Amino acid sequence: MTTTTPSSVGSGLDRVEGLDKVTGRARYAFEYSPRDLAYAVPVQAVVARGEIHAVDVDAVLKCPGVIAAIWYGNAPRLASDDGGELAVLQSPRVAYRGQYIGVVVAETLHDAREAAGLVRVEYAAERHDVELRADHPGLYRPEVVNPDFPADVEQGDPDAALAAAPIVVDAVYSTPAEHNNPMEPHATVAAWDGDGLTLHDSNQGASAVRDTVAALFGMPPANVRVISPHVGGGFGSKGLPHPHVVLAALAAKQVGRPVKLAVTRQQMFAVTGYRTPTIQRVRLGADAGGRLTAIVHEAFEQSSTVKEFAEQTTVPTRMMYAAPARRTTHRLVRLDVPTPSWMRAPGETPGMFALESAMDELAIACGLDPVELRIRNEPETDPESGLPFSSRNLVACLREGARRFGWAGRDPAPGVRRRGRLLVGTGVAASTYPVYRRPSQAGARAEPDGRFTVRIAAADIGTGARTVLTQIAADALRAPVDRVRVEIGDSALPTASLAGGSMGTASWGTAVVRACEALLEELDRRGGDLPVGGVEAGADTTEEIRGQRRFARHAFGAQFAEVGVDVDTGETRVLRLLGVFAAGRIVNPKTARSQLVGGMTMGVSMALLEESVMDREFGDYLNHDLAQYHVAACADVRDIEALWVEEDDPHLNPMGSKGIGEIGIVGTAAAIANAVHHATGVRIRDLPIRLDKLVR
Amino acid sequence: MRPFAYRRATDARAAVAALSEQPNAMYLGGGTNLVDLMRLGVVAPEALVDVTRVASDTVEETAGGGLLIGAGVRNSDLAAHPAVRRRYPMLAQAVLSGASGQIRNMATVGGNLLQRTRCSYFQDVSKPCNKRQPGSGCPAVEGDHRNLAIIGHSAACVATHPSDMAVALAALGTSVHVDGRRGVRQVTMPGLHRLPGDEPDRDTVLDPGDLITAVELPALPFAARSRYRKVRDRASFAFAVVSVAAALDVAGGVVRDCRIAFGGLAHVPWRARLAEEALRGSPATAAEFARAADAELARARPLPGNGFKVPLTRNVLVRTLTELAETP
Ligand SMILES: Cc1cc2nc3c(=O)[nH]c(=O)nc-3n(C[C@H](O)[C@H](O)[C@H](O)COP(=O)(O)OP(=O)(O)OC[C@H]3O[C@@H](n4cnc5c(N)ncnc54)[C@H](O)[C@@H]3O)c2cc1C
Ligand code: SF4
Repeated sequence: MTTTTPSSVGSGLDRVEGLDKVTGRARYAFEYSPRDLAYAVPVQAVVARGEIHAVDVDAVLKCPGVIAAIWYGNAPRLASDDGGELAVLQSPRVAYRGQYIGVVVAETLHDAREAAGLVRVEYAAERHDVELRADHPGLYRPEVVNPDFPADVEQGDPDAALAAAPIVVDAVYSTPAEHNNPMEPHATVAAWDGDGLTLHDSNQGASAVRDTVAALFGMPPANVRVISPHVGGGFGSKGLPHPHVVLAALAAKQVGRPVKLAVTRQQMFAVTGYRTPTIQRVRLGADAGGRLTAIVHEAFEQSSTVKEFAEQTTVPTRMMYAAPARRTTHRLVRLDVPTPSWMRAPGETPGMFALESAMDELAIACGLDPVELRIRNEPETDPESGLPFSSRNLVACLREGARRFGWAGRDPAPGVRRRGRLLVGTGVAASTYPVYRRPSQAGARAEPDGRFTVRIAAADIGTGARTVLTQIAADALRAPVDRVRVEIGDSALPTASLAGGSMGTASWGTAVVRACEALLEELDRRGGDLPVGGVEAGADTTEEIRGQRRFARHAFGAQFAEVGVDVDTGETRVLRLLGVFAAGRIVNPKTARSQLVGGMTMGVSMALLEESVMDREFGDYLNHDLAQYHVAACADVRDIEALWVEEDDPHLNPMGSKGIGEIGIVGTAAAIANAVHHATGVRIRDLPIRLDKLVR
Repeated sequence: MRPFAYRRATDARAAVAALSEQPNAMYLGGGTNLVDLMRLGVVAPEALVDVTRVASDTVEETAGGGLLIGAGVRNSDLAAHPAVRRRYPMLAQAVLSGASGQIRNMATVGGNLLQRTRCSYFQDVSKPCNKRQPGSGCPAVEGDHRNLAIIGHSAACVATHPSDMAVALAALGTSVHVDGRRGVRQVTMPGLHRLPGDEPDRDTVLDPGDLITAVELPALPFAARSRYRKVRDRASFAFAVVSVAAALDVAGGVVRDCRIAFGGLAHVPWRARLAEEALRGSPATAAEFARAADAELARARPLPGNGFKVPLTRNVLVRTLTELAETP
């Protein structure tokens, strides 16, 4: 190639599928309708613990349009049954209220819904236990916390260091259960063709769904195809297949017809994961100059009885600040509750609320500016591993944020600033998120007409993945973006890691770059002689990633919030929120800004509104719809801005990028809680910060 | 699916006749509450009689200087009506504070008045609820009741009425025009909605088949100085935690007359007659406003999880009256 093309990476390219989406041409899982389709509606348990004795199948079969009513008593057995969350209808046990205990398949959605509502189930109900407490006798130390961190880490002698520290902060924080609420509810259309299974499914990783479903049904992965070109949000809740995927496949198998199943908003609150509630005790010891001498961070959290999911709540505390003595622990209790799972920045989000609130309390105890306190405790190397940071620009984010926000000269006195009937205050907190990269494969093809096609089973859950991969491929191919087409969202494409852990762009981008490089080499070798069918090359990054040098790789950020609290009502509104991030090279400023502002918006929502209310009597999350479970509305989002500092990190990946999908929500709630304290003098340690906690 | 008949009534008499022929039929306004409840299985009418065209959609002056508002008037149109905004600002503000733009475009005056409680248990048919299923129990008393009643509730039900509009109408003393099997009559607000007592399944004093045709606002010149203040967790698109509708008539620093009603406190839009009485003839000062609030709230019996509503209501009333008193 002789022409030089300006770099596409770094430009704010519009979403390549934007037009398809706004014109309704982009199709989502539920919109696929194979011939001879039937509809499945699940039956959910109405007891939180017990055993099913009988289901009156005959009565259901008499309902109009009903094809089948399936429950444990007549369900096909799965090939692999670990008794876990995905072992759908494989046992008569009920592990939580809302668990799938049956499914009705009918000719129409209406028939299936109506009949599912009439299913009579006989239970032997047992007493349930759904309440997380820090003194629960069932608490234990999990083997690892998500995904594979040690549960406890201790360095030095934190107890002695705390006892000797002139300044100590010791406080308990809590975060409630929170539910991911993507716009597009989970949906699966399952169609069997002999031994082959095709799923149109809304997920964050077609390859992972394929592998999981294949194993459950005892088939080679090649027999399963998962198609997911467009996904309307996931926030982690579509990262792993949830029981409805298995239920749809199982129902389709039983009735011998394609089956469509959509999880309703109400059902989502029991069956598609959520963020565990946490109780966290943080103890910080410091010298008079605010230098940390000890950090102890203990988390208490829940999981269901069918799956151990242990959120890594205190893991960020292992690397945030320098301190000679440190202990971070996790204790889990298995309750008769739905299974928690990933929700945007699991671990960092609740953990950094507690740590960054405690840092604010320490700043006050030391009489130090909270920005300065954090700068004083900046570590040289990763405190846990001793490894160098590949890059760490928290201080730059704090300084740049402080400058832009107008932090200088802030009077630390709480509860003294009035603007009319509002008490006004400002707060700061740090953000962080690890930089991961997982092996992926990709293919790149030079088409005879001079265009390129790049193929990878990546997922675009609304993040802009398809767009940034197009940019990355264009640069690697030294071609303009309009000559590059990226195909994603199909497990028939080269296997890829999932959209989670903010590692999509890094993982897929590496594979795409390598495939494109291989293609250019191949084209070079051929000296411009392109066969009729085009030329294809592929790459697999397993070796490259295994061989990468060891570094502590993390993105950082600083968030500054200004809040107004109504003196009469306690209503808190975020007047201004500024985030400054250091996340390597920003591949697309437009989609990046959306991700960061989106994360911060979700952080506002977490700080002020979100709470799934566990009903002790019935054992379910009570406020299971969007009228009752409040997420931030437009009026709650007044002035949110996300910026980034230049960061050139050669130790990451060919793009030099760090993940940006999750860091935006990390630290937001603490920045807001700290601002509420500054405004009112009231320290809210239990989220959400609702008016009942502030009204006097 | 459970089939239901749909028909559109051509006039009020026909609508009333249609419902008396078919006892398990319901009137349909904008459907923004009723259709949701049908989807949830809370109600299962065999027929819907669409009354959006018969319950007139006009706003007219009355001979007595008030306004007659057809029951079919959409919430958006009501809030935007110049006469409503000028003469009854609390009503325009109340309506505008409710729901979202899309819902207000659909919702009607009649439907808004008769919307059902947002109590979580009421909306979940897998759980008991005295209002939905008389005699089954009230799990909210021991369970989650943060958003529920602090005044006028009973052991059988602690639900609140969720409408913002109804609070303003109760404060103004609105007359509700009803057409029913026994002919036409008027019901004055407050007085349309009822306290739960031991019949929480009955939200109002209306009989089955009663059709609301209009609401009539009285001539109340001092309502031009009125206000609706809604306290809510989310900045928009959220029901009131507590709300107050107030009108104040002040002359020479003394309260000549006033109208006060609260939302979010009770099974009915709560007209604060004790507070009103305490205020009439008193100086228009914050101290007197607080005294008036206390007079009303002395009757409050908050539940363990909603005691915060007492100071909240007091603060909001004092603030709203203070602002009204300062309004030129
Ligand atoms: C997400 C959400 C948020 C909301 N937030 C708020 C809020 O903040 N504040 C607020 O006040 N409201 C709120 N609402 C409720 C909304 O105001 C009501 O749903 C609406 O006013 C009902 O009017 P409608 O015409 O749609 O009634 P419908 O749903 O059609 O009917 C409601 C009831 O009234 C009966 N009915 C209707 N018309 C008549 C008539 N003329 N005579 C006799 N009976 C009749 C029906 O049979 C039915 O029982 C919210 C609703 C939703 C869904
Ligand atoms: S408060 Fe009323 S509506 Fe709510 S559960 Fe009790 S009886 Fe039902």
